[in-house]
Amino acid sequence: MSGDGVDTSKRRFLTAAATVVGGIGAVYTAVPFLASWMPSERAKAAGAPVEADISKLEVGQMIRLQWRGKPVWILKRSEEMLAALPTLDARLRDPHSEEPQQPPYASNDLRSIKPEVLVLVGICTHLGCSPGFVPEAAPQPYDPEWKGGFFCPCHGSRFDLAGRVFQGVPAPLNLEVPPHKYISDTLILVGEDTGAA
Amino acid sequence: MGMLVNLRDWIDARFPLTKMWEEHLSKYYAPKNFNFWYFFGSLALLVLVIQIVSGIFLTMNFKPSADDAFASVEYIMRDVNWGWLIRYIHSTGASAFFIVVYLHMFRGLLYGSYKGPRELIWIFGMMIYLALMAEAFFGYLLPWGQMSYWGAQVIISLFGAIPVIGDDLSLWIRGDYVISDITLNRFFALHVIAVPLVLIALVVVHILALHEVGSNNPDGVEIKKNKDENGIPLDGIPFHPYYSVKDIVGVVVFLMFFSVVVFFVPEGGGYFLEKPNFEPANSLKTPAHIAPVWYFTPYYAMLRAVTIDIGPLTAKFLGVIVMGAAVVILFFLPWLDKSPVKSIRYRGPIYKTMLTLFVVAFFMLGWLGTQAPTDTKTMMAQIGTVVYFAFFLGMPFYTRIDKTKPVPDRVTG
Repeated sequence: MSGDGVDTSKRRFLTAAATVVGGIGAVYTAVPFLASWMPSERAKAAGAPVEADISKLEVGQMIRLQWRGKPVWILKRSEEMLAALPTLDARLRDPHSEEPQQPPYASNDLRSIKPEVLVLVGICTHLGCSPGFVPEAAPQPYDPEWKGGFFCPCHGSRFDLAGRVFQGVPAPLNLEVPPHKYISDTLILVGEDTGAA
Repeated sequence: MGMLVNLRDWIDARFPLTKMWEEHLSKYYAPKNFNFWYFFGSLALLVLVIQIVSGIFLTMNFKPSADDAFASVEYIMRDVNWGWLIRYIHSTGASAFFIVVYLHMFRGLLYGSYKGPRELIWIFGMMIYLALMAEAFFGYLLPWGQMSYWGAQVIISLFGAIPVIGDDLSLWIRGDYVISDITLNRFFALHVIAVPLVLIALVVVHILALHEVGSNNPDGVEIKKNKDENGIPLDGIPFHPYYSVKDIVGVVVFLMFFSVVVFFVPEGGGYFLEKPNFEPANSLKTPAHIAPVWYFTPYYAMLRAVTIDIGPLTAKFLGVIVMGAAVVILFFLPWLDKSPVKSIRYRGPIYKTMLTLFVVAFFMLGWLGTQAPTDTKTMMAQIGTVVYFAFFLGMPFYTRIDKTKPVPDRVTG
């Protein structure tokens, strides 16, 4: 007890207790505000699978569709394109797709279910730009030995025609192969693969 | 007159009006030797006011939704009375803000204004710079053009480079799997409410800290060391009317330049308003060449300069680290500089050389950031990045050994 009748240790305890309880309350109050920034139920529902008809897809041609707001590419590769792929292995970061950037059924050197049909999410694994499609096997300013592939204009990342990333570019990983399956021989479902081959 | 005096006395008894006027203006003594470089603090304040006023009027016609944003900006440009002027004032103001702030910061480097006892002024100033970058970034998404969209995509993906939490963090910032209506809407809220409030609060503490310590000057001497019998610095003059009048001259000249841009070159040759932004955002197609607005390009060039992996750390992650460190290192400037003198006038040849190299590197990086990446340009950016960091990291060493000149006791005018 101090001279003026104030119990300072009790007062300090009550102040500390009130501060701690109030602080915990403040933290809990922040939760709904912070959580309100996560994708809403509507945003989640918009991520439904999409179908793509590839019956009219010519050899060497690529179509673009949208899944979860992202570009998805479907490319029908020619024999020459497929033949060029193994020759690039030494210049790639992850030639055998060891990083989990594809479902197990596309975890092969061609990164596809059917050898010629490549399905990719068209978003650079560096900073999310959409790379350009440069299929011609001709020298390019960024690569004199270009065998065809994808070039990202934003930061110069390069990928081959299996979406495999080259060494010495900023992108760390191969392009992502989305979950997909063949409903029929010419109809692909992107975004769902349950019961797939 | 008597009535006005009475009114003033009535207010003073209830609110510190005269006290504040004297403390910050009529009896705030600033060094008498301010030069050209001292215009930019007050000009930054002017641009802040211009941005707030023009911004308020833009919100009256802008629609923050992915479906309407682009069209509502076109509506402002074509149909709203004087809308084109208000928007060009706002878009030019953004670039003007950074020009003025960069010159203001360079003044600090020239005269050692960040050195003790002004460390906190510098830190508050750097926080203003950070808030300004956030404000510019959020604002740039709003017109919902191609560059708005893909610029934001790149910057948000930077957070994805952080190990473990990166992907969830960028998802949290976007509120969607890609940049969408949801992202646009929240960026609008941040751009018009949250960040401006923070910015104004920081400007207030920046000025309060300045007026507590007192202004530095081109000689880097403390005017408070020599006072007359009334305690007024011998080398000081009251801010009002001396510098308020001087600053008005600066304002007039600034507004002449500002008007030329607003009325004759509002796009600033593609640097103030980038051409791809006249196309609506398209989430399936990245523009052939994407570059941020000029005021971010030095950092962007540093981000791209990192192309090698070190052990388990990817080039992507290291690039983000380098970019972040380039901004963060500025906060430590007061403690990196070990020189006994403040002003460039009394510094030795090493600091002068390093500062020159730093400025050259900063301009070079700024230019490289606007260019498409090639091997030569990537190498130039790598050299520029090294010079940029050498200026700061070498500072504790070269400022110690540098040969300084004796600093006079009084300002030299």
